[in-house]
Amino acid sequence: MPMADTATLQVVGVSHMFDVSRPFLQRVFTREPRRILRAVDDVSFVIAPATTFALVGESGCGKSTLARLAVGLYEPSDGEILFENTALSSARAQPALRRRMNMIFQDPYASLNPRWRVRDIVAEPIRAFRLANRPNEVEGRVGTLLAQVGLTVRDGEKYPHEFSGGQRQRISIARALASEPDFLVCDEPTSALDVSVQAQVLNLMRDLQQRFGLTYLFISHNLAVVRHMADTLGVMYLGRIVEQGPAEAIFQRPRHPYTRLLLDAIPDLEQIGRARTPVGGDLPNPIAPPPGCAFHPRCPLANDRCRLEKPGQRMAGTAQVACHAVEEGRDR
Amino acid sequence: MPLLDVRDVTVEFPTRRGVLRALDKVSFSIESGEILGVVGESGAGKSLTGAAIIGLLERPGRIAGGEIRLNGERIDTLAAEPLRRIRGRRIGMIFQDPLTTLNPLYTIGRQLTETMQTHDRLSDADARRKAIGWLDRVGIPAAAQRIDAYPHEFSGGQRQRVVIALALCAEPALIVADEPTTALDVSVQAQIITLLKDLTRDQGTAVMLITHDMGVIAETAGRVAVMYAGRIAEIGPVADVIRHPAHPYTAGLMASIPSLEHRVPRLRQIDGAMPRLDALPTGCRFHPRCPKVFARCRDEQPDLLTAGATRAACWLHADG
Ligand SMILES: Nc1ncnc2c1ncn2[C@@H]1O[C@H](COP(=O)(O)OP(=O)(O)OP(=O)(O)O)[C@@H](O)[C@H]1O
Ligand SMILES: Nc1ncnc2c1ncn2[C@@H]1O[C@H](COP(=O)(O)OP(=O)(O)OP(=O)(O)O)[C@@H](O)[C@H]1O
Ligand code: SF4
Ligand SMILES: [Mg+2]
Ligand SMILES: [Mg+2]
Repeated sequence: MPMADTATLQVVGVSHMFDVSRPFLQRVFTREPRRILRAVDDVSFVIAPATTFALVGESGCGKSTLARLAVGLYEPSDGEILFENTALSSARAQPALRRRMNMIFQDPYASLNPRWRVRDIVAEPIRAFRLANRPNEVEGRVGTLLAQVGLTVRDGEKYPHEFSGGQRQRISIARALASEPDFLVCDEPTSALDVSVQAQVLNLMRDLQQRFGLTYLFISHNLAVVRHMADTLGVMYLGRIVEQGPAEAIFQRPRHPYTRLLLDAIPDLEQIGRARTPVGGDLPNPIAPPPGCAFHPRCPLANDRCRLEKPGQRMAGTAQVACHAVEEGRDR
Repeated sequence: MPLLDVRDVTVEFPTRRGVLRALDKVSFSIESGEILGVVGESGAGKSLTGAAIIGLLERPGRIAGGEIRLNGERIDTLAAEPLRRIRGRRIGMIFQDPLTTLNPLYTIGRQLTETMQTHDRLSDADARRKAIGWLDRVGIPAAAQRIDAYPHEFSGGQRQRVVIALALCAEPALIVADEPTTALDVSVQAQIITLLKDLTRDQGTAVMLITHDMGVIAETAGRVAVMYAGRIAEIGPVADVIRHPAHPYTAGLMASIPSLEHRVPRLRQIDGAMPRLDALPTGCRFHPRCPKVFARCRDEQPDLLTAGATRAACWLHADG
């Protein structure tokens, strides 16, 4: 694998399963089998230091699950994750390494303790990892962090419920930056923000990357934001990465039929009042994914092979693409 | 008569350090079958406006002035019980935070059927069938199999779709939708938007659509209101507001949108932050950040003024 020895994060053949069976008794009565949902299915990728790897894909395709796996909040059911060549589980056991990775959660409400003042929420990682000792040092750090996300020192006095959705998202960003991480997983970090605050936060993330070499795993449904941030892009569909490679190349020439469809469905300001290209076909059932290529029921290029055989990733130009049609050259 | 008429609504939070005025004389109306988009700075008061309309302001917040009418009838002065009957049945709300709407202890199927059964006489079997139908319409895959699952078993976007189904299942005349599509990918987003548009066309449902996504606004709304620091900065037809913004804040907002066409090293941003409610500047609330500020802006607060096809609260348009 390229740059394996210098990678910040290596994800190797990782899968994650959820048991979504009904309660045991109910299952017995209705004679239902156990139901397993494979949220992440045999995913591999590498994130080089000081770069941004972005994940995109339909809601429910497994992005947040992968994000949680990447910072060790879930144990993979299968496969391995390395943080700077150290197995993630043992990296998490060492405070010095644990401090260096952090996550901004998709849901800013659920992740802030409602009974704590904002300044204590932001100060908590600073205290926990002893990044500053004297109280006024901690206070100074908290003030700087709040200012960086467009809040003020006096906002620190308040409780989370006194803030709007976007303001709470900014608090969780400030908290994530407080431990001075080198690797930050950002799950929809700006989706609750208006575009002008979003621009400030994205510019800040870029500045931090340039000045301190931060590495990001970045998840967003907003493809314009992704294009702005990503160096490398992974496109997920039903738990699998179907296309990955340099982001610009994929945006300019998407190869996988799903990536193409995704890029076609983007709303834009020119489309005032017009409907966009509807996405055909039924949403797939993640409990019983279609056989062969999971995308085949919605794919305009599907043939018999696609219905039977799961495609593996192959190089196509600069990207790795999991598609029989691309491999066979039927996509042109 | 518009379906919803909001006139000079003011919302205040009494605090130990004095009264914070979070909404200041906000006025707009929505016709049946119309979608009004609402955008604006985070913290500007969009969600509060929605909460005031459905009578769910969190205490100690209160409506301190103005009036809100639904079909001509005052609803801001109603007692708790009649208000509760209007909520859900005549006004549906999609909250910005899907987790607070969903009860973590009940399956989503139970939450949907109970909502429908409080508003309509429906047998359990019918309610369940309808619930599966709504889950299907909002794009939950394998709805019949997942109806007995609990909220935490769904992804962020799936939970948001369940919340949308909950708001729509009682078929209200007005839907206040607070960021209904932000956690959704573009294709599910398209599906939800089509659903909302169909409801406005076929049932004459009116929608107040709060979102940060100008693409979504462009595609769905007829008119859009832009909010800043508790006031409406600009309101008008979507195409005009997007193409020829009359308020400097709207113009700044439009310029901050990242482009899909070309990559820039740095996004344009409006420097500075929105003022805090307890430290509002004199005159126009945007003046400390405004590139076009002039003397009058610092002293006098502008109301909405006609500015071409839109109306903008900005002294640049003092002479029409
Ligand atoms: N319980 C409260 N106590 C004090 N201030 C409050 C309270 N709830 C909201 N506010 C303030 O009211 C203002 C408006 O909040 P609102 O939630 O309406 O913003 P918004 O426009 O929906 O923002 P966002 O886009 O970030 O969701 C904010 O400045 C917020 O701090
Ligand atoms: N705790 C859980 N128990 C059972 N199933 C789960 C759980 N968490 C997630 N899932 C399921 O796993 C799949 C992937 O969920 P995940 O949250 O990773 O999606 P996502 O790509 O982040 O979606 P979104 O864009 O909507 O946030 C979904 O089908 C979801 O229903
Ligand atoms: S009134 Fe003045 S300060 Fe306010 S937006 Fe207009 S030009 Fe700018
Ligand atoms: Mg997610
Ligand atoms: Mg809000």
